[in-house]
Amino acid sequence: MAMKLAVIGAGMASGRAMEHLLEANDEIYDITLFGAEPRGNYNRIMLSPVLSGEKSYEEIVTHDAEWYESHGVDCRFGEWVTGIDRMRKVVISEKGETPYDKLLIATGSSPFIIPVPGRDLNGVLAYRDLGDVHAMLEYAEKPDPKAVVIGGGLLGLEAAAGLAEQGMKVTVVHLMPHLMERQLDQSAGFLLQAELEKRGIEVICSANTKEIVGKDKVEAVVLDDGRRIEADMVVMAVGIRPNFGLAQAAGLKYNRGLLVSDEMKTDDPDVFAVGECVEHQDVCYGLVAPLYDMAKVAAKNLLGFHETFKPVEISTKLKVTGCDLFSAGDFAEVEGREEIVYRDATQGIYKRLVIDDDKIVGIVMYGDISDGPWFLQKLKDKEDIAEIRDTLIFGPSFAGGSPQDPMAAVAALPDEAEICGCNGISKGNIVAAIKAGASSLADVQAITKASTSCGTCLGLTTQLTALTLGGDFELPEAAGMCKCTDHSHEDVRKFIHLKSLKSIPAIMQELEWTTSGGCASCRPALNYYLVAKWPGEYVDDGQSRFVNERVHANIQKDGTYSVVPRMFGGITTPGELRAIADAADKFNVPTVHVTGGQRIDLLGVQKEDLPEIWADLNAAGMVSGHAYAKGLRTVKTCVGKDHCRFGTQDSTGLGIKLEKALWGAWSPHKFKLAVSGCPRNCAEATCKDFGVVCVDSGYKLLVGGAAGMDLRETDLLTTVETEEEAIEHCAAFYQLYRENAQYLHRPYKWIAKVGYDWVQKQIVEDAENRKALAERFFYSQQFYQADPWAERAQGGEAHEFAPMADLTMVAAE
Amino acid sequence: MSNFLDIGGLDDIPQQGARVVKTENGCIAVFRTAMDRVYALDDKCPHKGGPLSNGIQHGESVTCPLHNWVFDLNSGEAQGADEGFVQTYPVLVEAGRILIDRDSINAQVAAE
Repeated sequence: MAMKLAVIGAGMASGRAMEHLLEANDEIYDITLFGAEPRGNYNRIMLSPVLSGEKSYEEIVTHDAEWYESHGVDCRFGEWVTGIDRMRKVVISEKGETPYDKLLIATGSSPFIIPVPGRDLNGVLAYRDLGDVHAMLEYAEKPDPKAVVIGGGLLGLEAAAGLAEQGMKVTVVHLMPHLMERQLDQSAGFLLQAELEKRGIEVICSANTKEIVGKDKVEAVVLDDGRRIEADMVVMAVGIRPNFGLAQAAGLKYNRGLLVSDEMKTDDPDVFAVGECVEHQDVCYGLVAPLYDMAKVAAKNLLGFHETFKPVEISTKLKVTGCDLFSAGDFAEVEGREEIVYRDATQGIYKRLVIDDDKIVGIVMYGDISDGPWFLQKLKDKEDIAEIRDTLIFGPSFAGGSPQDPMAAVAALPDEAEICGCNGISKGNIVAAIKAGASSLADVQAITKASTSCGTCLGLTTQLTALTLGGDFELPEAAGMCKCTDHSHEDVRKFIHLKSLKSIPAIMQELEWTTSGGCASCRPALNYYLVAKWPGEYVDDGQSRFVNERVHANIQKDGTYSVVPRMFGGITTPGELRAIADAADKFNVPTVHVTGGQRIDLLGVQKEDLPEIWADLNAAGMVSGHAYAKGLRTVKTCVGKDHCRFGTQDSTGLGIKLEKALWGAWSPHKFKLAVSGCPRNCAEATCKDFGVVCVDSGYKLLVGGAAGMDLRETDLLTTVETEEEAIEHCAAFYQLYRENAQYLHRPYKWIAKVGYDWVQKQIVEDAENRKALAERFFYSQQFYQADPWAERAQGGEAHEFAPMADLTMVAAE
Repeated sequence: MSNFLDIGGLDDIPQQGARVVKTENGCIAVFRTAMDRVYALDDKCPHKGGPLSNGIQHGESVTCPLHNWVFDLNSGEAQGADEGFVQTYPVLVEAGRILIDRDSINAQVAAE
């Protein structure tokens, strides 16, 4: 004879438990099912689509009348259970007593109603069952309907979105500073809020409800700060609490919820419990996945198997169409934890992984959640992600490609992967630009601006363009130097040499520039190439130089200029310092700053005053420091063996000689030197374009350092024995760079392009070539080593500095 | 009635160069193109106030020296994706002299 099983509560957990039970064996138990709602089991988590109108009730029913009948379940829907007598093993209901051998309690939870005045008014609803949904839909049909949803959690927002979809004006009032604070961090919370606001839902965070006002029905919600929000209906969605009054009255153990063991048994071995009414190992659950697990465990144990409930990491998704968010695990900021964050502002994507001890412990995603399950698996498996950490955030498609092959890595990037951080350009943006007709790297740059700001993503942009264009793509080396030409920098320099082109108009004509006068990008480059190629012949075109090089001072953000006189090797005199101090006083210089290159910067000088201040500095024997130039900047030194007990050579003396030899020269970009007197390297020579470290036996010559946007240590070019050799090597290296590097490439970038071996061969191995390079450099210096300040202090280029007319004077007359 | 005022000779500005005219309402940049056309615009980029007279001129455009915004000298409109506008002033070149419409500058002052 079959045993009797009574089930109290016809929700999702009990429905699933009966399913497991009956599928395994439908002869062991005769089941009686009590449900407070006048209907059977339906998928409660799909209430939101019913509210928004995307689904009908019929579509969310999980077990219909036929199912109950065919499985012989005695359904007692709408019949209230009033008590349980465990001694006599009967369930007491409105219509009498029902005996049981085993009892399954699945009474679920009740919505928490905050105890504010007015909570009993007509129109205050919870969001828990189909009845609530029907009531809400009735309000939505009234003219100009307004709703306030109290609670900005999962449930509240689903209600808000559904009501808005039904045409109501909806305001969400949330106690916490950002929405869904249990599932989302602040960033994702704000993205979600922005999306909801875009749909016309007003969101008020950090808002405490003071009371709900109205005569006999809801009229408005009043907040603590006095704000009043008109409403026909108020939905309370601030939380749920386990519903276990029956079990409590029957003397079963409880805490926050009805206490159950790993086998889903209460402290009475014949009474099981599942769902939102239970508390297992201090946790009450409100999401469906663990409830289904409980149902399965309870069914197994009712059948006599021993199975235990093991809570697993659960993830959350918001069921609002178009709001894609995903969260799982623990994403609180705890010391020792690290995070990987990916953002794409243009597409509203935010992804954050919280890493603890090389394992993912928390996931928050918004906008694109496709990789959520992949991350969640790693979280559940406690997988060590140290190996794939660098690319982890890009998800499985990236992890699949080999990071060694850049093209494969680019191919595997998802569309939303950020390519250009400066301009917020993703892979998808670039692919879209190409689909819309962009047919070259220059097109892609013009349309998207990717790689045109800091330029660090140029490689990635180029690879992506090549990949997307396929066979139509021209090698990046051949990419035009700007939009005015298809010729590369290298090509243009070759043509200047081969065709003996000696002016900017000549280059533009011969090489078929597509614009009449070039642009702000190509003209300075062309001017430099001509300056470098034809010293003594080419007449510098000031109008093709950036303003700093045209007026020989650095423009500041407010349009004033800075003045930096040269201090050879960082050595100055009391006389020079006095002259600088006097000039600063005379021209009301607001800021006097000591630079990193061992000299003094006078900041905030008016443009009109420049020739005069230069004249004063010239009078004290000082010349321009070229602090504004793509040319030789400073030679930083330590005091060397004259003073320092560790010094091996006269580092200051060599620094002065180098600076005297090199100053005034123009180059593709700025050029900085340093000479240290011993390997302690106080002058920081190992991050300069050219550095010298003195040792007992001579001089170590170092090249290709950087300490700016990129940080790079120098490579050893060679070691020489005398100062003369050091100077010759330095001049030859500078000339090789001047003749070959692309405009605006620092030496380290150029070396990376041509190869260190090639540079060494040209300068160290080929002594004749070195001498020829040095000779060409010093030949060029006779034309360029002239103080530009002196020329202008004596009236040269006056049009650059004086206003053409002063109408304020005319008006005053 | 316009009131054109002589502000200097065409040769006072180098080709593809610019000079400044001081007014009660701030500086006006006067540009001379490679083709000897002359334009007058406020010497102030709407982005961060950069002095446009110090920028590099190309064709009938100028690039601001501070952040590379590009403006059409004819219209004062920002080019490309940037959005902004620089006030322009009528100028004439007669017999090698540059004349600016004094009233348009005054009107600008009055409007502010």
